[in-house]
Amino acid sequence: MKVAYWPGCVSRGFTPELHGAMEKVAPLLDLELIELDRASCCGAGVISEHSQELADTLNARTFALAERTGEALMMNICSTCQGSMGECQERLDANSEYRGAINDNLRDEGLKYDRAVTNKNLAWVVVEEIGLDELRSRVKRPLSGLKVGPFYGCYIVRPRERLGIDEERPRHTYLHQIIEALGGTVIDYAGVYKCCGFPIITMNKEASLKQAGRHLGDAVDADADCLVTPCPLCHLNLDLQQPLAERVVGRELNLPVLHLPQLLGLALGLEPKELGLGRHVVKPTSVIDWTQAVVAGTPGEAAA
Amino acid sequence: MAEFTLKIRRFLPESGEAPFWQEFDVDLEGHRSVLEGILTAKAKEDGSIGIRCSCRAAICGSCGVRINGRPRLACNTHLDEAVKDSPDGGKIVVEPMGNMPVIKDLIVDMDAVHWKKVRRVTPWLLPEGPPPEREYVVPHEAMVDVTQTMACIQCGACVSDCLSMEVDPLFIGPAALAKAYRFVGDPRDGAHYERLKDLAEDPAGIYDCTHCFNCIDACPKGVDPMSQIMRLRRIAGRDHEIDDRNNGYRHEHAFVENIEKNGLLHEADLLPDSYGGKMHPRAVPELIDSLPVVTKGLARGKITPRKALTHPHRRHYKDVRKLVQKVEAKDEVLELNLYIVGYEDEDQKEESL
Repeated sequence: MKVAYWPGCVSRGFTPELHGAMEKVAPLLDLELIELDRASCCGAGVISEHSQELADTLNARTFALAERTGEALMMNICSTCQGSMGECQERLDANSEYRGAINDNLRDEGLKYDRAVTNKNLAWVVVEEIGLDELRSRVKRPLSGLKVGPFYGCYIVRPRERLGIDEERPRHTYLHQIIEALGGTVIDYAGVYKCCGFPIITMNKEASLKQAGRHLGDAVDADADCLVTPCPLCHLNLDLQQPLAERVVGRELNLPVLHLPQLLGLALGLEPKELGLGRHVVKPTSVIDWTQAVVAGTPGEAAA
Repeated sequence: MAEFTLKIRRFLPESGEAPFWQEFDVDLEGHRSVLEGILTAKAKEDGSIGIRCSCRAAICGSCGVRINGRPRLACNTHLDEAVKDSPDGGKIVVEPMGNMPVIKDLIVDMDAVHWKKVRRVTPWLLPEGPPPEREYVVPHEAMVDVTQTMACIQCGACVSDCLSMEVDPLFIGPAALAKAYRFVGDPRDGAHYERLKDLAEDPAGIYDCTHCFNCIDACPKGVDPMSQIMRLRRIAGRDHEIDDRNNGYRHEHAFVENIEKNGLLHEADLLPDSYGGKMHPRAVPELIDSLPVVTKGLARGKITPRKALTHPHRRHYKDVRKLVQKVEAKDEVLELNLYIVGYEDEDQKEESL
């Protein structure tokens, strides 16, 4: 399946292992990625605080670039991109006059957004386009015994109406379903749908890190081996900032946080190093037996 | 008639006993409300169940509770709908709202939290100058706009699940800040700058919202509190250029400049720039505080010195720079308020999801 692929900024910035892992995993899922390498930052909700027109223009540009690939499906690997681009797309789609005015901004580049592209996060693509049965059939190294806590990121679960979450498409359960399809055990803990705190890291650092620390702690208490997230911004607060979060909540956490493509990659048979797991601040030693390069707790063996 | 099981969290603080769960089976038709279920249990089984309610028609805002973990009005949640969401084998789980102390069972202390915060934002009109001889004349659109926040029935559902308030109880919160927008958005009010300055400078004000969207989903009246908070930020930062001490204004501007310059976000610049620049007195202690993270990031190859100093993607983004400059140079900034204009075509909305 071909998709217009939008990697986002952070997956090529402070979490380079995310984009790298996605590129490795794609062929194993028969995904052909047509990378939108000239598209810009989605604004992460911050640009729209400054100017809605600017945020809508930048994202209309990205959608127009996606349409130019000829593919109707665009895939992102970032909850924040999903949510903030979705908010802009809702406005662009709702009103033709407004869409026309935004398209006027794009005229110099010869671009035009035509409402001809659907933007889906990797988790949605896996469940809705590839299908869980297909995913299951491709698993080479089931994550048996691995206890994984899902961490969705706000932008991909709320607001439910805009994100199209309903009985038919229970998108707020897709991470759960993917973990199970890969053979892992889902750990439900209080923080599954909560906020990592990243948006206020420069405004109220203590409150921000308290959020990250609390959710990590809840997952540790629920006996998770690791978390998995489809959002690199959550990853920054949960992994990169984990040493500071430990300080704020006053407890040791040491909980590895995996990007979704990394978890997929492990189950599909890729090696931890190829997936950039060595690049995390919190070493995923509870997930990986580094000497054997296998997922911890493979069948017949107690989880680490 | 069907039988529904309500699993209610009971708590009487004065008793000295811990909270406990109690189950009640009620025979009611599925279209009846959870509130009717609770009142039936109260009437037939245990008169001591504490629940606050009045209108039973989603107008008075008294019966806010958590149903199956989500904040709702008990009176406009159908029993057959609630059963579908049950996390506990078909039992409808009813708890008091969060972020507020429990007085008894399902009754929380709205005075201690919600009303105090609403009073904090000066929730009345402060008109400029003497009143006009006849009525105030205001643009129709401006009034339609503020009716969205006027629709608030003060039920506290958004306060209950506010994730910023969960870690920072001082946060003014979604309901009160939506109320603040009701006056900042009102052309008759003469204290827009003072209101915004106050809420921008308060560490628990508009920049303490963590953008989690919980309040949007919680609100039974479509007030969209988080969007109102973002509009307060937009007006404070853009129209009034209030350079607050919480880095809100600086972060927003640093972000836009970062994208103008690089096309893609360059995090190594954004963080120090949000504090005023790498050498700024405010940034230096922040960088020192973050040293354990910076050194680990460097050691694992997450951050490389080359990437931190230059931006490898920048050269692809000349077009973005021009575009940002062009939009920023416009005299009038476009804004589309879907609450006012609605959707042209509902079918299209369905398709695009």
